Amino acid sequence: MESPIVIEATDLTKKYGDLIAVDAISFKVYKGECFGFLGPNGAGKTTTIKMIHCVLPITSGELYVSGMNVKEKGREIKSIIGVAPQETNLDPDFTTIRNLLVYSRYFDIPEEKALKKAQELIEFLHLEEKKDVIIDNLSSGMKRRLILARALINDPEILILDEPTTGLDPQARHLIWDTIRDLKKRGVTIILTTHYMEEAAQLCDRLIIMDYGKIIEKGKPSDLVKKHIGDKVLEVPNNKEIINYLNTTCPDAKYEVAGEKIYVSSSQCEIAFPEILEKFFPHEALVRDANLEDVFLKLTGRRLRD
Amino acid sequence: MESIIAYFKVPRLSYRVWKVWKRDKDVFMKTLKVNFLPPLLEPILYLAAFGVGLGIFVGKIDGMPYIQFMAPALVAISMMYSSFFECTYSSFVRMYYQKTFDAIIATPVSLDEVIAGEILWGATRSLINSSIVLGVIAIARLTPSPFFLLVPFFSFLAGLMFASIAMCFTAIVPGIDSFNYPAFLFITPMVLFCGTFFPITILPATLQSVAQLFLPLTHVIIIARSLTIGVFHFSMLLSFIWIIVVTPVFFILSINLMKKRLLK
Repeated sequence: MESPIVIEATDLTKKYGDLIAVDAISFKVYKGECFGFLGPNGAGKTTTIKMIHCVLPITSGELYVSGMNVKEKGREIKSIIGVAPQETNLDPDFTTIRNLLVYSRYFDIPEEKALKKAQELIEFLHLEEKKDVIIDNLSSGMKRRLILARALINDPEILILDEPTTGLDPQARHLIWDTIRDLKKRGVTIILTTHYMEEAAQLCDRLIIMDYGKIIEKGKPSDLVKKHIGDKVLEVPNNKEIINYLNTTCPDAKYEVAGEKIYVSSSQCEIAFPEILEKFFPHEALVRDANLEDVFLKLTGRRLRD
Repeated sequence: MESIIAYFKVPRLSYRVWKVWKRDKDVFMKTLKVNFLPPLLEPILYLAAFGVGLGIFVGKIDGMPYIQFMAPALVAISMMYSSFFECTYSSFVRMYYQKTFDAIIATPVSLDEVIAGEILWGATRSLINSSIVLGVIAIARLTPSPFFLLVPFFSFLAGLMFASIAMCFTAIVPGIDSFNYPAFLFITPMVLFCGTFFPITILPATLQSVAQLFLPLTHVIIIARSLTIGVFHFSMLLSFIWIIVVTPVFFILSINLMKKRLLK
């Protein structure tokens, strides 16, 4: 990681009255990486992101974006950032291309240049056929793509993607993923929030997991999986026999019982895997690769948040 | 005290205000035909029903035929309606349902500028709609004074005032249905009692004072009527001062209220 720092937060805090939405977090984002923010709903991800793109004022701490202080250079910072928000906030009265052109005016992009850029982005995101269509008639996947195109109208150095694929079918999701990878190759720094752990594992170079306004873990996705879970996870039906067996084989092991299933990670009790697979339910028991979702649930718990 | 001052912090605005205005104008132009019909037809209906119909029974007011007395009020009412409803219902839809404000403030345009642009667009709607009504009454030969040509300029100022007041409501209402309150308790009484269809001098003294002190349409009508008919009193100057003072207060207040609502 010798790349220059693009975003640097030190003890960044956001309070709403007595409620602490973001609680003195510190992190660095390097140029050209894809940096993920994970966390349950209400963890403070979106608040943090809104402070980065200078829509919400910070309560305390320091936040620098591209070397500029968010407290002083909001306008300048916004001009080098592209934002694709969670909610669809396209202009419903305009066509696809008009949405891009009207948005380009807010960045002071000259008309001719904006037209060229808009055409380019429409091709880049495969919206050619819908170029002159009022956006009410676009599918949700197309709207997401148009939002992404709009976020790129100012050739941003930093691209913020707040849950870019929520509610999309697999085809549309993969198209967005390919686009994000393509942008990364071009040197765009990407900030990504998502609830899909597979998405984070696929796209993020590094990520932080937030909960209750704090950073509870940070690192590369693969390192986090190794550290917290190991290589494999055994999933077996929840029954007493298996629990007794686990408790005698690995008395110190921590395993998780959730609903109808028991989850045992290889870092906790790998020696029990072959035995259990053989002795108990050879058809119901399953050993699979550990993934980021295991890490996420381990760190943030299975309790529902909203 | 400090908290009150916070509501009157002077916003920092730049040329970007016009980019927001332009966005609203672009949407308006797309639906041009629909937009022009109501302001064109409404005054014709009113002139026919009240001016011609009711006017037969009324006789003269201040030495002029009833239809002449009433016509400038129609222009003033259209200034109020167009700007007030633009910056309540329409702005609320853009803010709350379409999230248009959120989209714009992610760019170098600030929220201050978004709100100022919306208000300027509301004032522009006042100019457009009231000019159509003015055209109708001019064709009906109800604009005896050449000063009536100043009414469009004035309509922008009046629109700025109503749009600013409207934006204050937009910043505080919990939902779009709440606009029924200002619409029925503020706008409708003004349409009826601010010297529109009868002179306010026939109201009880207290109500007259209320109309003069607190109801903006009273002053807008005094000016619109004076310019249309060409009779000028000292009261017109006072009305002008009233508007000049009230407009910036609500303009600034609305921006600060909006900041409180949207940028916590």
